[in-house]
Amino acid sequence: MASDDARKNFLTDGTGLGSWVFSTDHKRIGLMYLALILLMFTAGMTLGFLMRLKLMTPGNTLLSPQTYNAVFTLHGVIMIFLVVIPSIPASFGNIMLPLQIGANDVSFPRLNNFSWWLYVIGAATALVSIFTGSGAPDTGWTFYVPFSSRTTTNVSIAVIAVFILGFSNILTGLNFITTIHRLRAPGLTWRKLPLFVWSLYATAWIQVLATPVLGITALLIFAERVLNMGLFDPTRGGDPLMYQHLFWIYSHPAVYIMILPAMGIVSDIIPVFARKKIFGYGMIAASSLAIAFAGSLVWAHHMFTSGMSDTAVLVFSLLTFIVAVPSAIKVFNWLSTLYKGSIAMEPPLLFTLGFIFMFSIGGLTGLVQGAAGADIHVHDTYFIVGHFHYVIFGGTGLGLFAAMHFWFPKVFGRMYSRGKAYLAFWLLLVGMNVLYFPMLILGLMGMPRRYYDYLPEYASWNMVSTFGSWFVVAGILLMFWNLYQGVRHGEPVGRNPWGAASLEWETASPPPTHNFPTEPVVTHGPYDFTPGTAHD
Amino acid sequence: MTEMPKDYAAAKMGMWLFLFTEVLLFGGLFLLYAAYRHRYPVDFHNAHLSLDLVLGAANTVVLITSSLTVALAISALQRGRMRHCYLFLGGTVGLALLFLVNKYFEWSAKLHHGIYPGSEHLAHLPKAENLFFGLYFSMTGLHGVHVLVGAVVLSWVMFLIRRGRVTQAEYVTLENAGLYWHLVDLVWIYLFPLFYLIS
Repeated sequence: MASDDARKNFLTDGTGLGSWVFSTDHKRIGLMYLALILLMFTAGMTLGFLMRLKLMTPGNTLLSPQTYNAVFTLHGVIMIFLVVIPSIPASFGNIMLPLQIGANDVSFPRLNNFSWWLYVIGAATALVSIFTGSGAPDTGWTFYVPFSSRTTTNVSIAVIAVFILGFSNILTGLNFITTIHRLRAPGLTWRKLPLFVWSLYATAWIQVLATPVLGITALLIFAERVLNMGLFDPTRGGDPLMYQHLFWIYSHPAVYIMILPAMGIVSDIIPVFARKKIFGYGMIAASSLAIAFAGSLVWAHHMFTSGMSDTAVLVFSLLTFIVAVPSAIKVFNWLSTLYKGSIAMEPPLLFTLGFIFMFSIGGLTGLVQGAAGADIHVHDTYFIVGHFHYVIFGGTGLGLFAAMHFWFPKVFGRMYSRGKAYLAFWLLLVGMNVLYFPMLILGLMGMPRRYYDYLPEYASWNMVSTFGSWFVVAGILLMFWNLYQGVRHGEPVGRNPWGAASLEWETASPPPTHNFPTEPVVTHGPYDFTPGTAHD
Repeated sequence: MTEMPKDYAAAKMGMWLFLFTEVLLFGGLFLLYAAYRHRYPVDFHNAHLSLDLVLGAANTVVLITSSLTVALAISALQRGRMRHCYLFLGGTVGLALLFLVNKYFEWSAKLHHGIYPGSEHLAHLPKAENLFFGLYFSMTGLHGVHVLVGAVVLSWVMFLIRRGRVTQAEYVTLENAGLYWHLVDLVWIYLFPLFYLIS
């Protein structure tokens, strides 16, 4: 194989901790992000596992009520701010974006390293908020006032952590936009960009434009608590509803930060394993931008029961339905790509199909809540917990795992065991459905979310849900073990084991530090599988 | 930005994106202001009477002048007139500090009169006047932090010029610092009428 030369690759070029943590190489930064994100994911998963264990039977078991409040808050804060929001852009975005556009690095490599450090500092600050002061935050990840401005737990430090993490996110987004505009290889026009790059581009704009509003909201919570500012305090004229508006102006677009990159990965993986050009390239690219745009205008659908005017409720409900359209366009295009394709059911494709299945359930249950009338019934019930986990774990989570299985041979130059990957996938898929589908039913039955205890009629579905969580944990552990074994002992592979056509597969696996020996010139599209263009 | 980019257009684009984020950071507060002002126009009018129009206007003049001096500093660097460049940059930093000193006196007068978040005095006023002062302290406070950061950044760029890291040919760092400074100025140009001039 041509790639087995003596050149150093980015993994072996420089050893010692310093050569990693101060590296400006986008691939090392991305890999460090991935490692930390998976570590945080494991922590968040453990908390979720504990919650499910507590809720397995009604009554006062395992955790005290205050501990339970802290556990669901930390599960949310860790999963949202430390795992899901940075997940794909910061890890595979960093590793793959410059490779996919034929660049040596991002536009601002040192800034990139700085955002990684901000992530580390933010994560450390979040840890400090757990273990110092008078107890871990117990507000839920949404930090709703007035409770968040009055609780004696350590909310002040937690919101500072959120601010720092937001800043890290902004800098990543800024870097990506500039990189995509300025560093594309000769011949790589906007219409030849891989769809993963398009999705990162749309995501980066949300990161840049929405995250500052979260920043100021977090600072205002801090000001309420420490400086006694009173902007949301009803006894001094403030309005807690204004907090909810500000919070969701960021936090709703944030769910598109979470899902769009996963959609980009799906769009990149399906053509490779269907050996067929992507169906509706332009529509998929445009729908990413449409989601980013329309998704910024739907925030108040989180507040239908908070006492807004009926006009506002109707407008936001309508806009919510509109944002479902571009998502559906993507799903239909993916299915059309598979239609009459020459399908190779490799692990990345399997995870991708899992994504489509789970995301469809998650997306459709989302519409139930987007409908103003139906939302009154399911608001703040387990229905929303089920919906959200279908979209974010079943969607973004499986998207990230698909990316891990797809780009693994590129990053490490080795292959994992396919058999174990299949087994892990099925454990995960079955587990997730057993875990989350009962939540949808419980929600419709009226079980409220975030409660410590529940009525006896909810007991059987809660027990089923907890069984599901065991399968999920087993699947995750098996997957991690399999990938770890792959890094250590996997069978070496060449530069393009999947026969893909985008640029990252043209360089060696693992790529050399400077990515490409000579600057690549792009002559064919990223999904052009005609013979002679994309073979090893 | 701490980069020394070879790519001028990328550096400018990165800075503009960063400025967008700054606009939206303040945007959240402006949104709050708009909502509360719409709800309590009379209280906002009454509360604004206790602000010192003279000090506010003086600070507006100071900041607008500093925007001029920073622009002059950039064109001096582009023409290679180093003495002028230092002079104008030093002047900008000086004006920034003058603004902060002014602000210090203004705020201490407020605190002296018992006007600060959660104070006894404010508790006796109508509720919405509390909101006005809450917004006043949040927004001018956040802006003040930006003035301070701007002064530090401009001083740092001055240091870089002295070290030959920012030059007549590679002037984008100063230009970006100037852009940041204009934004700080621009935010104040909105804050001044919203707090001092509304009625």
